[in-house]
Amino acid sequence: MTELRLTNVSLSYAHRQGFGALTTTRVLQRVSLALAPGEFVAVIGRSGSGKTSLLNLAAGFVAPSEGRVERGGRPISGPGADRAVVFQDDALYPWLSARDNVAFPLRLAGVGRDERRARAAELLRQVGLVAETDRAIWELSGGQRQRVGIARALAAKPDFLLLDEPLGALDAMTRERMQELLLAVWQTSGTGVLLITHSVEEALFLGTRVVVLAPDPGRIVADRHFDFSRRYLAGEPARALKAAPEFIAAREALIAAIHADEAMTA
Amino acid sequence: MSAGEEVIGVAPVAAPAPRPVRLSPLVATLLTAAGLLALWLAASSFGWVSPVFLPHPAKVLAAVGRLVGAGYVDGTLFEHAAASLGRVFSALAFSILVAVPVGLAIATSPVGRGILDPLVEFIRPLPPLAYLPLIIIWFGIGEGSKVLVIALAMLAPIAISTAAGVRSASESQVNAARSFGAGRLAVLLHVQLPSAIPSILTGIRIALGAGWSTLVAAELVAASRGLGFMIQSAAQFLVTDIVIVGIFVISALAFAFEALLRLVERLFVRWSGHH
Repeated sequence: MTELRLTNVSLSYAHRQGFGALTTTRVLQRVSLALAPGEFVAVIGRSGSGKTSLLNLAAGFVAPSEGRVERGGRPISGPGADRAVVFQDDALYPWLSARDNVAFPLRLAGVGRDERRARAAELLRQVGLVAETDRAIWELSGGQRQRVGIARALAAKPDFLLLDEPLGALDAMTRERMQELLLAVWQTSGTGVLLITHSVEEALFLGTRVVVLAPDPGRIVADRHFDFSRRYLAGEPARALKAAPEFIAAREALIAAIHADEAMTA
Repeated sequence: MSAGEEVIGVAPVAAPAPRPVRLSPLVATLLTAAGLLALWLAASSFGWVSPVFLPHPAKVLAAVGRLVGAGYVDGTLFEHAAASLGRVFSALAFSILVAVPVGLAIATSPVGRGILDPLVEFIRPLPPLAYLPLIIIWFGIGEGSKVLVIALAMLAPIAISTAAGVRSASESQVNAARSFGAGRLAVLLHVQLPSAIPSILTGIRIALGAGWSTLVAAELVAASRGLGFMIQSAAQFLVTDIVIVGIFVISALAFAFEALLRLVERLFVRWSGHH
């Protein structure tokens, strides 16, 4: 497996207001980030710091205005099954059952019907859904839908999971359970993960590495390594970890980094 | 009786307010129909209107019997209805085959939209009687012309609702498929078309309405069978009871297919409106 690398990437959108002149907005400015196989990178930052744009570049949904996005030295020209995405609005297909949603990437890959149904059921079991296998999507709760979304992304056997605020719309209790599920999935699948989140605590708990973006234009202002996720997987309870003094100190340092440029202009 | 009801029975806290009489929609519908029928009965029984304008309901009922048995203008009621149904559904099949791809092209390709959207908007407001003469000049007075006249009225609603339905697929639903390796065609077939189905069904319902209302115009042209033809022939000889039967039969058929389509929606696109 090779790393997913963004080198000096800038992204600008051209837009026109009414009949006015064409203006360009720079959402990312010379960002470099390498995602190693098996690494869990959490990206945080204020609104407008280009978090989702960074993920869209990595996914290949958009092409950079400048710089390179590549895997193993080869440029990424579009989306690919090696980088599976989980979206905040779940992006499931309501006309398919939970099982058929998970089997969808396998169907695109030409896997036979019986095999893809069996594999989809197994993936749903991995994310804690068994009784819901043949339910309709609209019968599931928000948390269950995101589990289906994660199982669907895993079905493609990706090298990297790109998670675009997948837990953002969930209630606090469900969110904590889903964080633990994400770590379990990360451990068993061995994929690299790029997680976009608004929650500093979530980034710190899940990421082996936390990257802080600042807006106007989006750029990396901090990039640190942490081991809380590994400690959780080694058996330490989640709540105890999140209440540990070193966790709280790290959380406050990250919050300070997020707001560092704001303090100067205020 | 459940435990809860027993408790209330033993110790009532307050006398329940008298229930207001509620009219269910079905009862309101039945009452309206009964009222209109009574008005009709009264109008023809008491001679308020001439039987030429409005024959007695019994006479209309007798006309149904005559139509089913002996028929009128060389065809039984069943034969006339079958001819009209054949035209409306040939037209529907034709317009689905043409308009769904047109709608897909409008929604997914800027060039497709540039070419087809103005054409659809050109056809949409045209009254069938306006283009009927042109169709006859171009295609003659055969069965094809009649079907084409009806189909032209059905094309626009299906094309427009297909295009709207395709756009109802969210950007992330499309991007999800792309990230699993789907190309433009696979996205169209597996994501955009399925998400358009509820909207297409609505378009078909609207189109069938347009089709039925175009039927009589289409059967103006050298027809020898059909409900529209039957009505026009009867009107020429002031056989008002046959005209009324024809109107009721068209309305009943349209209602039956509307009900059928709603059933199809309830059974097969239960997911729409839930996501």
